[in-house]
Amino acid sequence: MIANYGYKDGSGEYYISIDTDKCIDCAAERACLKACPQQMFEIITDDYDDEVAWVKKEKTRALAYDCADCKPAGGYTGLPCTTACTPGAIKHSW
Amino acid sequence: MNAEVAAATAAPEKKEFWRWQENTWYDETKNWKDAKIITCGIDVGSVSSQAVLVCDGELYGYNSMRTGNNSPDSAKNALQGIMDKIGMKLEDINYVVGTGYGRVNVPFAHKAITEIACHARGANYMGGNKVRTILDMGGQDCKAIHCDDKGKVTNFLMNDKCAAGTGRGMEVISDLMQIPIAELGPRSFDVETEPEAVSSICVVFAKSEALGLLKAGYTKNMVIAAYCQAMAERVVSLLERIGVEEGFFITGGIAKNPGVVKRIERLLGIKQIDTKIDSQIAGALGAALFGYTLMQKQAAK
Repeated sequence: MIANYGYKDGSGEYYISIDTDKCIDCAAERACLKACPQQMFEIITDDYDDEVAWVKKEKTRALAYDCADCKPAGGYTGLPCTTACTPGAIKHSW
Repeated sequence: MNAEVAAATAAPEKKEFWRWQENTWYDETKNWKDAKIITCGIDVGSVSSQAVLVCDGELYGYNSMRTGNNSPDSAKNALQGIMDKIGMKLEDINYVVGTGYGRVNVPFAHKAITEIACHARGANYMGGNKVRTILDMGGQDCKAIHCDDKGKVTNFLMNDKCAAGTGRGMEVISDLMQIPIAELGPRSFDVETEPEAVSSICVVFAKSEALGLLKAGYTKNMVIAAYCQAMAERVVSLLERIGVEEGFFITGGIAKNPGVVKRIERLLGIKQIDTKIDSQIAGALGAALFGYTLMQKQAAK
C-alpha cells in the first residue's frame, strides 16, 4: 500500500509517501525514526495488522515548514529520511 | 401581550438551507432475529454520523444523522435510531467497529479502523469488485483511494487541511445562496452557459468571491454552477495525484449532488459506478463488514 501523508494548498503539493509493502519487514531497522530531525515518523499497527511507519498526525498539515531544514536550502544534499530508508519506502513529492 | 401579537412581533424563524435529509432504512423483507452474526459499523464523522447493521455479511439497515456536539453521544444516537425501529438491543449485536474521526470515542466499539480502509471496503460492497478508484467527499475532508478487487486499500491520499471540496463547503454555499442543499446540484445545470469556476480553492475566499459574482450580475444558479465546477476541479486534482483507474466510485454526502458528480465525470472522462445504496453510509458499512470478517476469523479458530 502507498500511504500519502500531507496536503495541497495554494503554495504547492507536499506529500510524504510511504510504501508499506517495503516498510513491513524493514531492512534498515527503522532508521527513519532516528534520522528525521523533526521526529515525524512513528511505528503503528495499520488497519491490516501490519507494523509500518507513518507520519505523525500532528505533523501532516505542516510538512512544507517542518521539512524545510532538510531540503537543499538547509545545507543537505540528500533527505535524511529517504537516505536512511535503504529499502526506498519513503519519498517526498517536492 | 396576546398570542397573536406575540406571533406577529416574534423574529422570523431562520431557515437552515444547509440542513440535509437525515434518514433511516432497514430491509423489511428480512428479520434480523434469523441472522447468526450481527455486526455494526459506526462512522462518527465531522458533520454526519451513521450506524449500519450487517446481518450475516449482508446490509440490513442503517441510520444517518447529523453529528452532535460530542462523539460518544453521536455514536449512541445513530445506533439507537435504527435499533428503536427494529426492536433490537445493543446486546443483540455481536461486534461493533468504530470509524471516522471520532472512531476512538465510540464507547461500545470492540475495535477502531480508519475511515480510509472502511470506505474502500464499503465501496467494494456497494459498487462491486470492479471498484478500483474511490473518491470520498466527506464533511470536512476529502480522500482519494485505490483498492483491489477485495476492497483492500493499495494507495490513498487524504486532504483534511482545508474545507474546499468538502460537504461543509457546500453547506456554506447553500446558506449563502439561501437555496436548500438538495437543490444545488440540479440548479447548477439550469444556466444558459457554463460559467468559469470560482478561482479560489479556499471556502472563506470562495464565499466572498461568490458574493462578488452576485453583485456583478451572476444569477444564483450561475454562482452555484461556478462553485460546483471549482469543487470538481479541486477534487480531480487530488485524484490525479494517485491516478484514476476504471471502476470509479464516489462516497460521502457530495455523491448525492449531481452538479459536482457530473462535472467530475466530465473532467475525468469516465462515469462513476452507480449504486442504489446511500453513498453516505459507505464508511459505516465497511466498518460493519470488517466486523463480520473478524467474527468469522474468531469462529474459525
